[in-house]
Amino acid sequence: MSDRWFVRLARDIRINRHVYIMLLPIVIYYVVFHYGPMYGLQIAFKDYSPARGFLGSSWAGFKHFEEFFGSMFFLRILGNTLLLSLYSLLFFFPAGIILALLLNELRSERLRRAVQTISYMPHFVSLVVIVGILFDFLARDGLINQLIASLGIEPIPFMRAAEWFRTIYVGSDIWQNVGWSSIIYLAAISNVNPSLYEAARMDGAGRLKQIWYVTLPGIMPTVTIMLILFIGKFMTVGFEKIILMYNPVIYETADVIQTYVYRKGILEANFSYSAAVGLFNAAISFLLLVLANTVAKRLGETKLW
Amino acid sequence: MLIRRSLGERIFDVANAAGMLLFSFVTIYPLLYVVFASFSDPSRIIQNRGALFYPLGFTLDAYEMVFKNPNILGAFANTLFYVIVGTLLNILLTALGAYALSRRKLMLKNPIMFLIVFTMFFEGGLIPLYLLVQNLSLLDTRWSLIIPTAVSAFNLIIMRTAFQGVPYDLEESAKIDGANDWSVLFRIVLPLSMPVIAVMILFYGVSHWNSWFLATVFLQTRELYPLQLILREILISNDTSSMSVGIASGDQMQIGETIKYATIIVSTAPILFLYPFLQRYFVKGVMIGAVKE
Repeated sequence: MSDRWFVRLARDIRINRHVYIMLLPIVIYYVVFHYGPMYGLQIAFKDYSPARGFLGSSWAGFKHFEEFFGSMFFLRILGNTLLLSLYSLLFFFPAGIILALLLNELRSERLRRAVQTISYMPHFVSLVVIVGILFDFLARDGLINQLIASLGIEPIPFMRAAEWFRTIYVGSDIWQNVGWSSIIYLAAISNVNPSLYEAARMDGAGRLKQIWYVTLPGIMPTVTIMLILFIGKFMTVGFEKIILMYNPVIYETADVIQTYVYRKGILEANFSYSAAVGLFNAAISFLLLVLANTVAKRLGETKLW
Repeated sequence: MLIRRSLGERIFDVANAAGMLLFSFVTIYPLLYVVFASFSDPSRIIQNRGALFYPLGFTLDAYEMVFKNPNILGAFANTLFYVIVGTLLNILLTALGAYALSRRKLMLKNPIMFLIVFTMFFEGGLIPLYLLVQNLSLLDTRWSLIIPTAVSAFNLIIMRTAFQGVPYDLEESAKIDGANDWSVLFRIVLPLSMPVIAVMILFYGVSHWNSWFLATVFLQTRELYPLQLILREILISNDTSSMSVGIASGDQMQIGETIKYATIIVSTAPILFLYPFLQRYFVKGVMIGAVKE
């Protein structure tokens, strides 16, 4: 950057001084509360002691990473994280697209609006309430067990059964958020050129064929973008919900990287180690995002950048 | 249009409509169950087996207990504080930032935009954030739930896109009349962007109302707890001790059951009542965000 550039910048700041003043608060916010923690990630390579602070603590190299990779938890929580996200990708992700397609096919405008209004509603209910309802309905003597008891099936301790965790997690996620995730696809569908449908009809395409050959290709760019974003969040999963749902009995399937970071770091004050685990997670997330974007670009699909 | 629908198509239409009705029922039923149970007679709820399609008996006892409970009322007041102060700060900072970043000519616009968008994809994470909040002496204060979440990049992008849609001529002529950027923002851009502001209030407000995780991480003092943390104790940890104030122990078991439901309703109703009014705005808001993203 040459001196000229700084002269131009100084002029720009003078002319737009009010705009730069408006910008100041959020720039400070992002530097402190987003780039501050990134700077703080250096403790992953140190032995952080609160008394010595970020800078004063002594370097530890890759000690914490080695400890994590060597621990018995590593494969379990990595596997749980990937599996839970994979199930969400297989079941939750298409659900929003399918709902949007079916809503779009409804003939009655009023019915469609009513279904939409209802389907968005659970999205606004707090996770604490959602998980509270899960505990209530899925309890040993809860509603679901009462219903299956009438079919002669033994009660199932759903919330204390490791093999049920993923089903309950993904199922309740679909229940809560499928309507919300359909909004974006409905918007994409409404932008599909109507003359394409007419042409398809002329060629004798029925409704299903119109969905398959006109609607779906029409919303593919949106689907691609949402898929890239989904993959970018692959490693985060809904750890807040898991913390509400899990207990040591089901750690075997429920414990993921982020919940492990929370327990080690916040509950056990093992700061450097858990920061290292967190950094590992964030790095994998970022790589996945870049990878997904590159693949989309190669395939000639829409890309994020 | 006069196009005969084939038999197959008509079957598809009927099946689709029926399927969507079933889907709506499944979506809303758990919430309806909670509403019915909250008004029911506790002893009958305990004996009841199977689904509920209306309240069993009718009593407001559970609600009375909830509204008389100092723990819940205190937490309710705390949550109101977090929602109101938090959302005001959110809207102010987001609007200022969105206005600045929606300007056409601003040399630092793109680098700053990159700085912000990058944080959507890479984060320092929970532990460094916790230590930062600790170092700033915000730990165990009300501000720890307000300042670290002051701006959401996603919402900033939505608002910026909306601001970019305000006709440029309006701003230009105001500037010629001697208006500076502050009055362009507050007199022209904001009044023309009320729908998106409504969406932002909903998004930010709901996220404050529903937030519980940061509170468990940052707060120790019970007097500062938001409603969701008390709810968590009642619903998930099954700890109704905060509820037992002033109930004889025999009744406590029974009414404890319906108090759970009443607390859910009290803590959820404000949002669900508000939301149908804002619905047409937020659909638009999500779409604006989608177009740009």
